[in-house]
Amino acid sequence: MKMKKWPFVYVGIITAFTYVPILLTVVYSFNASKLSSIWEGFSLKWYVELFQDRDIKEALVNSLLLAVLSCLLAVFIGTAGALGMHKHKRKANDVISYLSMLPIMIPEIILGMVFLSVFSLMGLPFGMVTLVIAHTTFCVPYIFSMVRARLVGMDKSLEEAALDLGASPARVFRDVTLPQIMPAILSGVMLAFAMSFDDVVISIFVTGPTVNTLPVKIYTKIKTGVTPEINALATMMLLVTVLLLVGAYVVGRKKSPK
Amino acid sequence: MRKGKSNWLLLLPMYLFTILFVALPIVYMFLLSFLSRAEVWGVDFTFTLDNYKKILEPLYLNTFAESIKLALISTGLIVLIGYPYGYIMARMSAVWKKRMLLLIMIPFLTSALIRLYGWIIVFRSNGVLDKILMGLHITDAPLKLLYSYPAVVVGMVYSLLPFMILAVYSSAEKLDFTLVEASRDLGASSFKAFWTVSFPLTLPGLLSGVVLSFIPSMGLFFIADILGGNKIVLVGSVIQEQLTKGRNQPFAAALSAVLMILTSLMISLYKKLTGSSQLEGTML
Amino acid sequence: MKDIILQLNGIKKSFGGTEVLKEISLEVSRGEFITLLGASGCGKTTTLRIIAGLETPDGGSVLLDGEDITDLAPNKRNVNTVFQNYALFPHMNVEDNVAYALKIRKVPRQEIAERVAEALKLVQLEDYGKRMPDQLSGGQRQRIAIARAVINRPKVLLLDEPLGALDLKLRRQMQLELKRLQKQLGITFIYITHDQEEAINMSDRIAVMHEGVLEQVGTPNEIYYRPRTGYVADFVGNANIWHEAGATFAIRSENVLMDGEAVCTREAQIVEKRFAGGQLRIVFRMEDGQMITASRYGIDSDLPIYSKVKIGWLPEHAVQVETDGGEKTNGANITERIPAEAELSAAAATGNGGT
Repeated sequence: MKMKKWPFVYVGIITAFTYVPILLTVVYSFNASKLSSIWEGFSLKWYVELFQDRDIKEALVNSLLLAVLSCLLAVFIGTAGALGMHKHKRKANDVISYLSMLPIMIPEIILGMVFLSVFSLMGLPFGMVTLVIAHTTFCVPYIFSMVRARLVGMDKSLEEAALDLGASPARVFRDVTLPQIMPAILSGVMLAFAMSFDDVVISIFVTGPTVNTLPVKIYTKIKTGVTPEINALATMMLLVTVLLLVGAYVVGRKKSPK
Repeated sequence: MRKGKSNWLLLLPMYLFTILFVALPIVYMFLLSFLSRAEVWGVDFTFTLDNYKKILEPLYLNTFAESIKLALISTGLIVLIGYPYGYIMARMSAVWKKRMLLLIMIPFLTSALIRLYGWIIVFRSNGVLDKILMGLHITDAPLKLLYSYPAVVVGMVYSLLPFMILAVYSSAEKLDFTLVEASRDLGASSFKAFWTVSFPLTLPGLLSGVVLSFIPSMGLFFIADILGGNKIVLVGSVIQEQLTKGRNQPFAAALSAVLMILTSLMISLYKKLTGSSQLEGTML
Repeated sequence: MKDIILQLNGIKKSFGGTEVLKEISLEVSRGEFITLLGASGCGKTTTLRIIAGLETPDGGSVLLDGEDITDLAPNKRNVNTVFQNYALFPHMNVEDNVAYALKIRKVPRQEIAERVAEALKLVQLEDYGKRMPDQLSGGQRQRIAIARAVINRPKVLLLDEPLGALDLKLRRQMQLELKRLQKQLGITFIYITHDQEEAINMSDRIAVMHEGVLEQVGTPNEIYYRPRTGYVADFVGNANIWHEAGATFAIRSENVLMDGEAVCTREAQIVEKRFAGGQLRIVFRMEDGQMITASRYGIDSDLPIYSKVKIGWLPEHAVQVETDGGEKTNGANITERIPAEAELSAAAATGNGGT
């Protein structure tokens, strides 16, 4: 069946609509005027200001560190958990996997509230440690569920074939299982990283007075008043996202034969 | 065939972490909601129902009603915009599907705050929208859209639309379009074919999108904050306020508990309606 | 006797309370091509997996070259498997797949390269070493799976319905190819299939399995012409089964004779005539109501339907078989299809007997 023209027009308009605020941000990041509604000509001064802003730099480093640490922990916990649950079926596994999904099922605000009260009950000092714990809870589900789904979909006879050809169980894992689940781990990490790097709601509650993440910093900046520096920052972040996604797209297209 | 011991070693981190940092904290939240606030700081460990009684006060009941209203309006718009979008996307050629997914994922993975910030530029007094409207002589004075209800709705729809599109796309992609052709072949009009075949078969995706946009919209306080100023107070905003300014953890816990129960009700309703154990288009 | 390479002694296996294998015992000679033949769910794959070590039996033992390997891990057995879906590692190219067993055993590189080239030549895919599995056709994947499994010269090669996914023409071709390979390599093949024709074409011996029991083990000729049980007679080429004087007999349809050709004769009426697979099949109803089918190539019998004839057979073709209690046989199946008595006589009365 051939499709008519108007559905494409519709999709095109909606897609364009989603890009309007993003493109405006990019355009205004080159605006010389401080009042962003007036165009006063092309300028890079906000970028200069951005690169000189120590607070932003520090927040960026914190956010990257936080996302990397949380993802590492989540890869370890989630992948091991998925592997363990795949080998033996237990009732408790279903309970734990359901519970582990809660952090991405319930509204973020609840998670933030819960961690704030629990960490203050435990007397943990608010800072990088509390941030990493909180972020790991919502990074685990992405990686765990992706790896689990991949394991369920994996042809069991591949592992058996390796075993049959003389590989030890450890070797089977290295040669067959790991390469098979690697794409799932990577896409899980990509999502988890993006979520952690982007998170405001939970971070606001569990961050300490001395540690700022980039989204928290942006949030307070937006709330206290508009600075075109944010436009420049947004453009930089957008550029990174686009490069990563387009990279993944191109690599993915090269790998698949059709 | 394999020994159970190494298996337990694999499971241990997941079990420990989930129990310690997910299950117990949520249990504590429910417990906390029955405690009272200490005089100066922290929590007083005496049992009380006051927090729940307080929720029933008109002020807070109103907040819940407002939140649900906003969530309903946003979700309704998201359905209207996102369902056709996801459905059409599923019918595109394989190459275009990939391209469209990429186009959707770029804003989706860009910081939510930054995307919202773009709307400030659009909505602010004498901003882009005002300029265009006044330039076309549709309006002659700034609309003052920033910090208004419509601005918050736009923000919500904008932030949550991708969830709906991806959920509908995922279920429409699985739909066998020869079924639609068969229905046309049997004499159904294209609308009838859609209504009797495509729609029921993509309903799980639609419902999943509803759940996925309704639930977060009650908690996304920063959208109401950035685009609505302090005019629109949502449950999420109250929880945040009680925690930070009010320092009333037990009351915040009671509000969260109610929100959480609403959430689980919606998810179990979804599972009952569709008979599936997973939300379409997600891994949940 | 010949020298025995593999011995199964009273193998038992249950899954969740269902007995899948009930004391299977089997001896396989060195260099033999033996086929486990049976319908799906008869336990043939489980038997194979126990030999490979991928399942542990609940009872009994497996002996390879006289050595008890019942509890030996699959990676320590000198037995390799060609999996039903080939199980080629999708992330490795053909060469790496074929070389896998040698790499595990830390064979020197130079030797690996030589032996891989040799194995690929054996399956006539010399130029495909650098391809990925998803760039191969079904038949090519099949060959690679075989090359991978034989490279380490296993004592026994297990093949789990290896031709099941191929189309008929390719399957015929691969049957010959497998037979050639087996002769050339001199490896013992244990082959699984549900296709009786395939089993008869390829095997030195066939073991017919049914509900976790070996019904009969013998040469294709024995299985075909001297079925021991009604099930075997029925499964291997749909023989006629009938009961007489308290015993059960089986006869192949091509051995059912008409008119004067036969020695043992019966009165019968023609009930049905049809062409199937290039041969004419005539269904007769004997006086006691039991049905017998005869098949003939090429010749059309002039006899109209419902005419009464004499049928019979040579005594050596009618084989007495064991009755398996309450088992549904071919004869019983046909009985259900008889047209009602009234219809029959009405048709006969009007002389409406054309085809």
